Amino acid sequence: MADLTTNFLGITSPNPFWLASAPPTDKEYNVRRAFEAGWGGVVWKTLGAEGPPVVNVNGPRYGAIYGADRRLLGLNNIELITDRDLQTNLDEITRVKADYPDRAVIVSIMVPCEEDAWKAILPKVAATGADGIELNFGCPHGMAERGMGSAVGQVPEYIQMVTEWCKKYYDKPVIVKLTPNITDIRNPAQAAKAGGADAVSLINTINSITSVDLDAMAPQPTIDGKGTHGGYCGPAVKPIAMNMVAEIARDPRTHGLPISGIGGVTTWRDAAEFMALGCGNVQVCTAAMTYGFKVVQEMISGLSQWMDEKGYKSTSEFIGMAVPNVTDWQYLNLNYVAKAKISQDDCIKCGRCYAACEDTSHQAIAMSEDRTFTVKDEECVACNLCVDVCPIENCITMEPMSPGEVDPRTGKVVEDAYANWTTHPNNPASVAAE
Amino acid sequence: MSSPMTPGIAAARLPSETVETNFADLHEPLAPHEAAVAADRCYFCHDAPCMTACPTSIDIPLFIRQISTGTPEAAAKTIFDQNILGGMCARVCPTEELCEQACVRETAEGKPVEIGRLQRYATDTLMAKQSHPYERAATTGKRVAVVGAGPAGLACAHRLAMLGHDVVIYDAMPKAGGLNEYGIAAYKSTDAFAAREVSWLLGVGGINIENGMRLGQNLSLDTLKDENDAVFLAVGLGGVNALRVSGEDLDGVSNAVDFIKELRQSSDLSSLPVGRDVVVIGGGMTAVDAAVQSKLLGAQNVTIAYRRGQDGMSASQYEQDLASSKGVRLMFNLQPVAVHGDGAVREMEFEYTTDDGTGLKGTGEKIRIAADQVFKAIGQTLDTDGGLEISGRKIAVSGAGRTSAQGIWAGGDCASGGDDLTVTAVAEGRDAAMDIHATLMGGN
Repeated sequence: MADLTTNFLGITSPNPFWLASAPPTDKEYNVRRAFEAGWGGVVWKTLGAEGPPVVNVNGPRYGAIYGADRRLLGLNNIELITDRDLQTNLDEITRVKADYPDRAVIVSIMVPCEEDAWKAILPKVAATGADGIELNFGCPHGMAERGMGSAVGQVPEYIQMVTEWCKKYYDKPVIVKLTPNITDIRNPAQAAKAGGADAVSLINTINSITSVDLDAMAPQPTIDGKGTHGGYCGPAVKPIAMNMVAEIARDPRTHGLPISGIGGVTTWRDAAEFMALGCGNVQVCTAAMTYGFKVVQEMISGLSQWMDEKGYKSTSEFIGMAVPNVTDWQYLNLNYVAKAKISQDDCIKCGRCYAACEDTSHQAIAMSEDRTFTVKDEECVACNLCVDVCPIENCITMEPMSPGEVDPRTGKVVEDAYANWTTHPNNPASVAAE
Repeated sequence: MSSPMTPGIAAARLPSETVETNFADLHEPLAPHEAAVAADRCYFCHDAPCMTACPTSIDIPLFIRQISTGTPEAAAKTIFDQNILGGMCARVCPTEELCEQACVRETAEGKPVEIGRLQRYATDTLMAKQSHPYERAATTGKRVAVVGAGPAGLACAHRLAMLGHDVVIYDAMPKAGGLNEYGIAAYKSTDAFAAREVSWLLGVGGINIENGMRLGQNLSLDTLKDENDAVFLAVGLGGVNALRVSGEDLDGVSNAVDFIKELRQSSDLSSLPVGRDVVVIGGGMTAVDAAVQSKLLGAQNVTIAYRRGQDGMSASQYEQDLASSKGVRLMFNLQPVAVHGDGAVREMEFEYTTDDGTGLKGTGEKIRIAADQVFKAIGQTLDTDGGLEISGRKIAVSGAGRTSAQGIWAGGDCASGGDDLTVTAVAEGRDAAMDIHATLMGGN
């Protein structure tokens, strides 16, 4: 069986599944249960500066987006950092790390953007024996209004400055957690690297309003008639997170910078995808909050099985393998031609492909009297919408045409040679191929 | 108190609580969460096969989507637009042979979307609000007589009333509803649903019902034609085919439809007498309904004897399975030869049959089955044709229910064509109404 042991920044954990800094990691009680369930590591819920702790609302803190059968697809929250006393947290972290030396324990920290604040808290955290720290530059609600969280993460200069302080006053790995509430994720990642960060972790939650109560005419979660934007997470944010991860992984300025992937990881496959895009491990929150800690068992068994099937002996063998295949649109091969093909054996004749193509795409699917659906190759641009709306997996496939064949849509011979937009004659900025 | 083993025909074979449980809703109504889960399975097919399979062409994907988005009332409106008796059809339609058979999830998984139960969820929700969802158009001054207050007559009357015509329904029975009220197994229409549905339907206004009026007795088609702008005949099939074998008039031999009628009107089912050994002769829905209900009343042995093979039965596979699951024995290729008994029936004698493709033939081999009650369910017949042209022993119709006489339309079981289902009767009543409307208003 594949060895899931993961080494991230020199911190080993029995598997790459860590719990993200969030309510599941707020207390010794939860973290012990998580470790007993099999989680490889935790990032302890964010600690604030010494003194009276923050307070949370006493009304609802979460809002939700549902998919079919009320499956939770997206969750938003307006909870702040830990509202427990700093010393209580530190004592608990110390005890837990001592009892679970083989698991990763990272401490998330968010204190004001002042050197003294960081200088004060870092030795206390170091004394717990924790394996590293994660700088919370991501929370988009509440703390951001006080100049912390995403308010820092949105200013690359601040990220670099605070990271430098941490590297100065703390000698274990420093992970910088990035906010997605920014136009170009590569800049804060680069700032973290410039500040000496050992890794970045992303994404933190996305600013959101999940729903509106149409009776109360107020956003949800609603606290005494009012609501505020909260941080969005769960399966719905995975595509956004993976793009940001890939952008950092393939940017020459940050390529090779270790990444801890976060954002909607729900199954072993999600984890494998994040890792293929360059993540050394993943952090999970919503899946645990939805299904409980036991969900990690499926992640462990699934990743092991897949690795065995693929012949990967350790996670390091496939981490980043998909990164070279992430490119810019302009480099995609315009000579590649595919056509949709509908398997009549698998088709259940629902007609969704027809409705989608006829109403909203290229009128490339024919429907017969007896509800046989066939692709009109002379119209099909291989957009994949039919595949996406078909309820039967692999019933519709995209079949590449072979070089030398004539594309009935364009009347042109499919070329073997790669050619992209940069050299295309329709591109005003194209460079003629020599 | 008697028991299932008490000989002869006896009441109270089972404790009344047991009978009550036996006759509870065959399919429990869906709770809101169940409805949400069931609705979720619909793929919202293009030009949906289920919709094509529905004789009333209800927009099934649309109403299911309306359920899943929390508006079952709007879903019900979608259903009623096509089928004003959508509530009853949700209960009695052989969905396994119609919409649910056509469902693509039946193809994909062998488990169709539960269209019938979802339809009931929607229609029950709206009807519970007691709001009749339609308003009449401005009155047209036209008057239409509808004969028969069964599904076809009610559907026709409602549509005509909605369009602004004044309608009088004449019905032979003391209560309106036709087979919804007097036929159909009790466990498919619990809590007086048929009566409640009629009164809800009449909420549209413009419809008067006159009971106890039977065509050919105290009602003349000529008079109706003279006094109205149009007439719609939906008199159903009032006659019953006879066995034409010796002993048919012995005590204990009766028509299944009469047994069902009595059962449906009974206020205390445990007081309804039923035989210990019941034999039902026939292969349709009426046979199944009579057999199953006999069993549920406490008959010890109930047999359905059908003269052809199983594949010839007009009762659906689902209905056959239901009968089997209740303990009814299904026997095939048995044609009745004689009813034996002294005063009252004691045995039914049958001859085995075969069909080699040249027609059903007796094999000469006989069998006797103990019977103290025999129900005949071998088909119903038109008992009055009003002097109209006949086709296949029913009133001949063309187009949307036009009979051979101008100004007279017909639909439902009494008219030619159709499958003798509630839902086809509704479709025919509705379509005849639209044709009547077009004809009456054609000059305007």
